[in-house]
Amino acid sequence: METVQLICIGCPMGCPMTVTMENGVVTSVTGNTCKRGDVYARKEVTAPTRIVTSTVRVSGSKTGAVTVPCKTKTDLPKGDIFRCMRALADVTAAAPIRIGDVLVPDVAGTGVDVIATKDVE
Amino acid sequence: MKHDLIILGGGPAGLAAAIAAYDAGVRDLLIVERDKELGGILNQCIHNGFGLHTFKEELTGPEYAARFIAGVRERNIPYLLNTMALHVSPDKVVTLMNRTDGIQTVEAKAILLAMGCRERSRGALNIPGYRPAGIYSAGTAQRLVNMEGFLPGREIVILGSGDIGLIMARRLTLEGAKVKVVAELMPYSGGLKRNIVQCLDDYGIPLKLSHTVVDIRGRKRVEGVTIAAVDERLKPIPGTEEDYDCDTLLLSCGLIPENELSREMGVAINPVTNGPRVNESLETSIPGVFAAGNVLHVHDLVDFVSEEAAAAGRAAAAYIAAGDAERHEIPIRFEGGVRYTVPATIDPAFVRDALTVRFRVGSVMKNRVVRVLMDGEEVGKRRRQIMAPGEMEEVKLTRAQFDAHPALGELLIRIEEA
Repeated sequence: METVQLICIGCPMGCPMTVTMENGVVTSVTGNTCKRGDVYARKEVTAPTRIVTSTVRVSGSKTGAVTVPCKTKTDLPKGDIFRCMRALADVTAAAPIRIGDVLVPDVAGTGVDVIATKDVE
Repeated sequence: MKHDLIILGGGPAGLAAAIAAYDAGVRDLLIVERDKELGGILNQCIHNGFGLHTFKEELTGPEYAARFIAGVRERNIPYLLNTMALHVSPDKVVTLMNRTDGIQTVEAKAILLAMGCRERSRGALNIPGYRPAGIYSAGTAQRLVNMEGFLPGREIVILGSGDIGLIMARRLTLEGAKVKVVAELMPYSGGLKRNIVQCLDDYGIPLKLSHTVVDIRGRKRVEGVTIAAVDERLKPIPGTEEDYDCDTLLLSCGLIPENELSREMGVAINPVTNGPRVNESLETSIPGVFAAGNVLHVHDLVDFVSEEAAAAGRAAAAYIAAGDAERHEIPIRFEGGVRYTVPATIDPAFVRDALTVRFRVGSVMKNRVVRVLMDGEEVGKRRRQIMAPGEMEEVKLTRAQFDAHPALGELLIRIEEA
């Protein structure tokens, strides 16, 4: 049996929750005040994911922009965040760039594209 | 030069106000922006989480801004970039300056203040120690990293747990810096719970509540800071000092509405919000001068800035159409832990279909009910399991409620134990 302590992000209440797991299966969630805490806790301990946002360098911008902000198109497993960041470190994108343009396809082999979140002229 | 409406600021508030004013019939308007592009602070807020209320999806700051910038362009609303508003007179003459036109004065029938806010600086915090390089406000660091492509330091201590500081703790960690600790003077964080979990806990960054920086070491560059616990009166407790080696100190200690122009023109300021005192139309003490967004009161969510600014834009349009009118305003009274309300006063005759009253509480309160009373009669109530200073609250009133109280003498918002 394994227990994980979490703070719920559902609302400012921030319920401190204890999740009990057996062989990777959640057996109980305690400490939450409402259903949202239960849902969040189960996802967070079994398959936590995050959208990663960052920037990459830009070349040839008419407006003098040196970076373009970007994000992973969908969320990534939490454990892949730093591999994604390392892959972005060496990327330079050529202006003009449109919101939604794919800057890095299949970043770090995660199957997720990194897309631009701002137009750069 | 003359315009019906001049909007000072091209950030989220100015953009939403311009679109709403245009859609309410104002055709002769101008947005004045001091930066080289529209979008304001959203341009440097590259993280996601914007627009959940407005667009029902999670956008990054630049994406959220782009939707409003597109709205301004579709309507051909004119804007000036790289242009600073130097002065606004009480009779609404705006002095502008930029590199191509020099100094020019522009008259307006109505003015909408949307200048946003500024970060509290080291000077305002009275931190002892030397004045070496390496001390930045969190927002300055955010601009350096996200827009200018510089990493401000490698080993970081953050004072203050406002949202920008939390966001920067994660951002700097992702870019390879080591964030050693976030110290917060208050016994609770001023940031959103989501940011504490996803920006600090995710990366194992400790948050020390009831702690502050009592010394900064280093002559040329920051070499370290000393952090100490504080007592209930927020005074450092001798003997609790801890030294942290670092090359950078970020300050995320609150935001102050940027009201130099408003003060100069004689707009009455609410000392609690540091923003203008406004009526139900978000109109300041000077008729025809409106305010919205962080210049009015500091918001947590941009969605509410857009909503508020659109209301101000519509009110400005109505003023331009109708001109000065006689008003009979009553103050909104509040009890039970409410620190302020926006608006501060109302003239029921000017309330349209609905009125949103936003407010903040002064401390963390659990298990409460918010009651709205008109002349002593309860017209609405809302159960709140928890209320915190870091999260803005609101009550919505309807035209029908005002119609049912034609001689309204008192509007009261009261928080009680449930």
